[in-house]
Order: sequence, then C-alpha cells, then structure tokens
Amino acid sequence: MGWAIALHGGAGDISLSMPPERRLPREAALRHCLRIGVDALQTQKHPLDVVELVVRELENHPNFNAGKGSVLTTVGTVEMEACIMDGKKNCGAVSGLTTVVNPVSLARLVMEKTPHIYLAFEGAEYFAREQGVETVNSSHFVTPENVERLKQAKEANRVQIDYTQPIQKDGKTENPIADGDGDSQIGTVGCVAVDGNGNLAAATSTGGLVNKMVGRIGDTPIIGAGTYANSLCAVSATGKGESIIRGTVARDVAALMEFKGLSLREAAAYVVEECVPKGKVGLVAVSASGEVTMPFNTTGMFRACATEDGYSEIAIWPSVQE
Amino acid sequence: MGRWAIAVHGGAGVDPNLPQQRQEEAKQLLTRCLNLGISALRSNLPAIDVVELVVRELESDPLFNSGRGSALTEKGTVEMEASIMDGTKRRCGAVSGLTTVKNPISLARLVMEKSPHSYLAFSGAEEFARQQGVELVQNDYFITEENVGMLKLAKETNSILFDYRVPLETCSAGAAAAMDSTLKMNGLPISVYAPETVGCVAVDSEGRCAAATSTGGLMNKMTGRIGDSPLIGAGTYACDLCGISCTGEGEAIIRGTLARDVAAVMEYKGLGLLEAVDFVIKERLDEGKAGLIAVSRNGEVTCRFNSNGMFRGCATEDGFMEVGIWD
Repeated sequence: MGWAIALHGGAGDISLSMPPERRLPREAALRHCLRIGVDALQTQKHPLDVVELVVRELENHPNFNAGKGSVLTTVGTVEMEACIMDGKKNCGAVSGLTTVVNPVSLARLVMEKTPHIYLAFEGAEYFAREQGVETVNSSHFVTPENVERLKQAKEANRVQIDYTQPIQKDGKTENPIADGDGDSQIGTVGCVAVDGNGNLAAATSTGGLVNKMVGRIGDTPIIGAGTYANSLCAVSATGKGESIIRGTVARDVAALMEFKGLSLREAAAYVVEECVPKGKVGLVAVSASGEVTMPFNTTGMFRACATEDGYSEIAIWPSVQE
Repeated sequence: MGRWAIAVHGGAGVDPNLPQQRQEEAKQLLTRCLNLGISALRSNLPAIDVVELVVRELESDPLFNSGRGSALTEKGTVEMEASIMDGTKRRCGAVSGLTTVKNPISLARLVMEKSPHSYLAFSGAEEFARQQGVELVQNDYFITEENVGMLKLAKETNSILFDYRVPLETCSAGAAAAMDSTLKMNGLPISVYAPETVGCVAVDSEGRCAAATSTGGLMNKMTGRIGDSPLIGAGTYACDLCGISCTGEGEAIIRGTLARDVAAVMEYKGLGLLEAVDFVIKERLDEGKAGLIAVSRNGEVTCRFNSNGMFRGCATEDGFMEVGIWD
C-alpha cells in the first residue's frame, strides 16, 4: 500500500528517430508534471485533486494533444473533450469545447455542480460561462505544428474523409502521415492516482483525432472507454478512439480484476494485447493497493509514473525489459 | 445457436397512475413493433437490420420518449441521441444533439457504416445527416402538446424543490399533485418523468446479436446534456455473446457501465445471460433505477428492471411472446 501516480501524454507511432530538440522538452514536461503530482500526493491532496491539477498542467503544455496544442478538426478548429472519475464512480465529462482553457476542470464542475454527467458543445460552453471558468479566444489553442499536421493529413487522406465514397474501416490507420516531427498523432493526456487510503481517481483530456469530422466524439469522455475508476483501480487510455470505445478498454481492465481475479498488471496487459488492434492503444492505471502499470501496443507512449516506495520512470518507447 | 429472439422496450420508470387507456396504447405499440421484428427475423434479416427497423418504428410513434414524442430540454426544444451496435466485430455508431433528423437510429447506423468515426454530435452530426441525405424535419415535428405540458410541470416541481419559500397552494394543481408522489426518477416526480428511451435487441438465426437505443433524454435537461443512450457500454452494447439495451436513470447507467457489465460478467465470469442480467441489475445500480433488455447468441431473451415498471416486450422462435409494463 502507499500512493502511486501515472500520467501519459499520448500513445502512437512516435518516431524513434525523434531529434533531441523535440524529445527533451517533452521529457521535461513529463518530469515536471510527475513532480507536481507527487508533491500533491505527498501533501495529502485527494487523488481527484491530484489528477485534475496534473491534467491541467498537461493541457496547458502546447506539445501534447489536449488544451493548448490540441489537434485540429477538418475545418481547422479545435474541439476539446475531457473526463474525470473517482473511485466512488462519481464522474463528469465534456465534449466540443472551443474556448475553455482547462477542459478537465469543466468536467469536474459538471460532476460536482450539475445533476448530469456529460455536457457537450454549446450547452457545455454555456455552462462554462455560467461557472465563470477561464475562457479564451479559440485561436489560443492552435499551434503552428497542428496547422501543418492538418495540412499533411488532408493531403494524405483525401479519400477517407470524403464520406460520399465507401469507407474502408478495418485495419487502416486514418492518419498515415510521416511523423518525423516526433509528436504523437493520436494522443491524449491523462493521469491516474491513488493515495495511501486506497482513494482512486482518473482524468483524461484531448483534442481528438487530426482532421476529425466536426462533432466527432472519441473515447476520452466516454465512461468505461477512455476513462474509468472504481474501488479497484483507475484507468486512463489513449490511442485510436474508435478502437477504445469498441473495446471498452478502461472498464475492461477493472472488470478483469474483479471477475477474473487478475492483478492490475495482468488485466491491463491482457486488454492492450488481446482486446484491441495492435498499434492503436496505450493506457496508464493504478490499483487501490498502490500498484502502477503503463502498457501500450503502439511504437511509443509519452509516460511517467512514481510510487511511494521510491520507484519512478519517465519514458517514451518500450523500456528494455518489455 | 440457430434460434432467433427479440426484445423491445419503451422506457423504465412508469407512473403507477398511468391511465388504463395509455397502458393499452403502449402495449399495442410494443406488440406491433415486436411483430415487425419477428417478421424480419423470420425472413432472415440480420439482427443489425432488425434492431434498426424496430427502433425506427418506435421513434416515429409519438407515444414513447424518442424521435417524435421526445422529452423536451429546459428550453423547450428537442435534442435526440441514439446508438447502435453490431455484435459481430463490435462495430458501433452513435449520435447526440440531433434536432432535425427524423430517425436518429438510422443516422447512428450511417455513422457506423459511412464515416471514419463512431460518434458524431450536434452541428457536426446534423451536417453529416444533410450530406447523407437522410430525412430531415423541423424541430417542432418532434414536440408533442403533452410534452409541452410535462415540461411546464417539471419546471414547476423543480422550482418548488429548490425554492421552499413558494407556498404549495400557489402552484398549479398538477404540480402540487406531482409533489405528493413519493416516487421519483432522476429527480423528477414519476408523474412528470418521461421514461427515457426506446430500444431493441435481437439475435438472428445465425446467432448474431445486435442492440439499438434511442431517446429524447431527460425532461427539462440542460441543453447539451448527454445521457447513457448514445454511450457504448452504458446504454447499448453488443458482442458475439449478447446484445443489451438499457433505460432509466441515465447517470446511474453510465456509472454502472450497465450494458458492458452484462457482457463482461458473461465473458469473464462465465455466467449465463439470465444470471448476468440479474447480477447487474442487483449489484451495479446502487441507488439508481433502471431496466434493460438482453438477448444471447443462444436465443435466450430477458427483461429486468428495479424501477417502477418498464414498457417491454419479448419473443422467441419457439413461440413465446410477452408484453408488459409492471412486475
């Protein structure tokens, strides 16, 4: 037993030839966010507060696909979504945000200040104003890298976003773009945490898929898909949203622990290896007893974790043992 | 394997004082939809087609809370959502925030089959609908006089609930009567609550399962509120073992990931359909009130609920057929 925390900045086809000038700032960001989370746990902050503040930090960082730095829709706009859940299964989710600086905090307000769980688009933006959360002009979230990424996606994907033609859905990745710039194309950010009393929480936030249709909702705000927590564990997933939804990834990790008696590590590995297609999914998870795991079946996943007994890790590609 | 089965529902959480005539109308509609599904199964239509056509019928009839006859948002408008899932390969499609699409379930199917995504909402979903050429209507097509009245009552009872300075005598008789009712669903007295959702699950003679759910959502909901119906794993789920559609308090269904849990319990604990459904209804709802219909690939069918009643019907290939509202 003891506290544990894990966070991710997205899983995907992260090029192994990422140059240091791109790799180092991202590793520094992961280290910084881990530090913030660990400090919070060490000062007895509740895991719900911990995951929210870590994800806020990741949202504010322009190199991850959430908040500032979100990937763009097919019309060049930003539509953000987020979700937060605690071990008692209280939860909140938002989608279609265009001006809210920290989507994860709005998700928390939906959970705590409304009789609902999930608010989206205009209704969510209206609620944000009512609550007085920080909002900005949506150009704040757009980065030059993402404008370029969208351009490349459109050039490569002309057929697949033209839905007047038959769509081939199986197997093909929807964004086969050279990612020499080293950033995760199908990322998300997320954080899971547990304290010494077994209190658990998970939070996930994203801009979604590059070149997505306006109005497309991914796995992140769907309880049981991209985000889940109950009395056994807390899970935040990342990768190809459509695969995570069909695979009910976050819920299944907990279900395998509960119904098949698997350990956190076994359950998470099973879901990532057997329940979803290769190259599409990663997740971070902690258990009530302070274990942590970060499996992925993609080339890499920006990730970091730490436990009370002193273990910590910051990584992008598979470590030697895996 | 080899035996078809089908179940339909028109929502859980029914006013015990529902007039007899309304109960009869509901049972007739459920029977009609069941028969539609049965003919389709008998002519070997795959389960995914069956659930879509049955839910279309339920959406088109103003009696239940979906499509025409949807519950109203706090602004008096209609925002509909739906999802559909095909057990083979677990393909799925979902939509939310629809205001002009005549049959939300069919748009959910098109999302599944004609878009690169699984879930589209609000203006993006409406735009997709236009591009797909589905039938569009004005928002007031979906609004019924009855629901306009219900919304008014819901607002009055909500304001009573929150403003104790308002003496009960000054409220309309309807609101006062509603307050007398001790039965509540999702914070609303059961007499003004519109049982959320319609749904259909089916397994065809090839053992393929499918599920579809559609709704106007919670009466007097905030605009932009999304419930359980479009959420895969919450209100709808299908895999090669089973197909499930849920209804009731959306928030409870989401937290309990109800539809996925039935399948997960079967898959990971090895329980049969009936046991799995009983387990989930008993153990996964906490204080929430909900119901669900489910079929298994072996041709079993069941409907279970912990709410006060659920509009439902089910039928199997060996001639069993039942339509009901109460326990």
